[in-house]
Amino acid sequence: MEKRVVFRSAWLPYALLAPQLAITVVFFFWPAGQAVWYSFQLQDAFGLHSEFVWFENFTALFADPHYLESFKTTAVFSVAVAGLGISISLLLATMADRVVRGALVYKTILIWPYAVAAAVAGVLWAFLFAPSIGIVTYVLKGFGVDWNWIIKGDQAMLLIIIASVWKQISYNFLFFLAGLQSIPKSLIEAAAIDGAGPARRFWTIVLPLLSPTAFFLLVVNIVYAFFDTFGVIDATTMGGPAQATQILVYKVYHDGIKSADIGGSSAQSVILMIIVIALTAAQFKYIERKVQY
Amino acid sequence: MNFKTLAAALFTLGVLAAPAAQAVTEIQWWHSMGGALGEALNGLANKFNESQQDYKVVPVYKGQYPESMTAAIAAFRAGNAPHILQVFEVGTATMMAAKGAIVPVAKVMTDAKEPFDPKAYLPTVTGYYSDLKGNMLSFPFNSSTVMFYINKDAFRKAGLEPVAPKTWKEFLADAEKLKAAGQQCVYTTSWPSWMHVENFSAWHNIPIGTKQNGMGGLDTEFTINSPLQVRHIAMLGDMAKKGLFTYAGRTNQGDAKFYSGECAMFSGSAGAQAGIKKAAKFEWSINFIPYYDDVKGAPQNSIIGGASLWVMGGKKPIEYKGVAKFLAFLSEPKIQMEWHTTTGYVPITQASYELTRATGFYEKNPGADMPVKQLTNKPPTANSKGLRFGNYVQGREVIEEELEAVFAGKKDAQTALNDAVKRGNEILRKFQAANK
Repeated sequence: MEKRVVFRSAWLPYALLAPQLAITVVFFFWPAGQAVWYSFQLQDAFGLHSEFVWFENFTALFADPHYLESFKTTAVFSVAVAGLGISISLLLATMADRVVRGALVYKTILIWPYAVAAAVAGVLWAFLFAPSIGIVTYVLKGFGVDWNWIIKGDQAMLLIIIASVWKQISYNFLFFLAGLQSIPKSLIEAAAIDGAGPARRFWTIVLPLLSPTAFFLLVVNIVYAFFDTFGVIDATTMGGPAQATQILVYKVYHDGIKSADIGGSSAQSVILMIIVIALTAAQFKYIERKVQY
Repeated sequence: MNFKTLAAALFTLGVLAAPAAQAVTEIQWWHSMGGALGEALNGLANKFNESQQDYKVVPVYKGQYPESMTAAIAAFRAGNAPHILQVFEVGTATMMAAKGAIVPVAKVMTDAKEPFDPKAYLPTVTGYYSDLKGNMLSFPFNSSTVMFYINKDAFRKAGLEPVAPKTWKEFLADAEKLKAAGQQCVYTTSWPSWMHVENFSAWHNIPIGTKQNGMGGLDTEFTINSPLQVRHIAMLGDMAKKGLFTYAGRTNQGDAKFYSGECAMFSGSAGAQAGIKKAAKFEWSINFIPYYDDVKGAPQNSIIGGASLWVMGGKKPIEYKGVAKFLAFLSEPKIQMEWHTTTGYVPITQASYELTRATGFYEKNPGADMPVKQLTNKPPTANSKGLRFGNYVQGREVIEEELEAVFAGKKDAQTALNDAVKRGNEILRKFQAANK
């Protein structure tokens, strides 16, 4: 039976929607609109003088090899963070699902890192890997590895990937565990009776049934890598060395806030906005079709 | 407690607190002095607050130089700028161009009828912060220059005379000996661009930009890819490869590497002395920066760095009076001497330099007058007067990124400096367009 609420009043539905709409307009559409407006302007740092320059900020961006480099950095970073984050937490969740004794303790500890703020996570890992005083650095030195992410770009990248993945694992873990526990035991038992080993059961039964969760996490993790890793980067590498860890969102902040280039930075956020809209649309349109519910 | 009593209590509290809040005019001072320097700065503010009852200077630490400047710009756009803002020397051109956002210090002082004589300040310092007509726009507060420090104990351990190398050739020889003796970190630097591009060029009397290093107009261009500059950066890149130079980062991260005893040689701000004095458990010395002896006329003089105080616009007249009083207080020779002797920053007035000398401070602290001596080594030329590039916060970052590429072995010095010039000029053109 279909349930439907019919409003007889002409204004009531709008009044009920108004608070949510107001929030969306004030906190989402208004700033986004401002970004679009600023992206067509050339402005000095203090906002005392501005000039409408059409698409100059955009053409300047695409002529800048560092901006194009930032796309590559972002791609490497977000694929690594989403890929590693999802696979490690899937592994942990499958293991945790099998634990019988002390499961609660085990699970609680795995969920902990999610309560840590991004900036704190960044500082934590930066300390462990600090070029002159870090414990990990000290150990690595023993193995003959010269660890100095202040100057080595690939090491800096590795550091922020580790910190970002570590922070996101708990979140993914939680969802995977819930997904695993909602898989009917009877299916797995039936397969076991038919002679399928644990690996076979995982690939043919568990994983397909987990695919909606995995798909959801893919979207969330990509968005996380694109935007929420800002704190980790700002607390550790600050986009350096030589822009090796400058992902798109960090470059928006850097150019806009630190270098006071409002126009260029707004143009970047407009581009970023378009990318995320396109990415999310594509994910739902194409990938979701292949997901078995 | 019910709501009424709570409200009554709050009201009473408010009434009691109000008179105290009204009598004193607060002056917000945003700065970037952390650690020992921050303590010294708070000491100055306390002294001023105790000296009179009408004004209260409230120093607020806002992070490192780029951060506090950014915070102030954002605050200005939101209508909440502080009264006084400490801006590092590379932000000078940006602040100067922001005509409605700042009030020239000269005007603040005349309006408040505070005694103020720009000639009392060292000419190398005033020149940096005045407009072309000679009006002082910002108040030189902590002026320093880049100095070269050595860990004498580490030198002795390596079997070297504990004397700092005078030339880059000697420097390289010492570095190799230190390394051979097992020194893990031989040399590090703070502020790589300030030291190895800006001061290096002034010290060898070569320009870093056209139009008198940008002082002559907004249509300036960078010239940091000349053979001598390339030669120097190439040498550093080579040292990094051999493990003779440990890169520490773009700001003052090098300071800690030196005073912890990790690195044997170090170049950094004269202001680093405060931290070194406090933390170093070894014998050290402060020296002139090395030079190439095959360059004619070298060494010239080094240029200042550090920061000046800008007075922000849009405040009440009574607040500007307080600002003027505070700036006059800061110029007093005694206060200057205290700041100079505790922090290692350069005394900015002639009177305070002489007063410090008269107290015998320099005899007791050999090397403390080195920064002034290095700044005034020779009368400044167009190449060694200073620099003024629009949006140089960004420009310097570009230079530092390119230097990092060299130190990481990703680019050769020539390519990196060519790229720095090209990218830097784009920033200059953008600034020129935005500040027509």
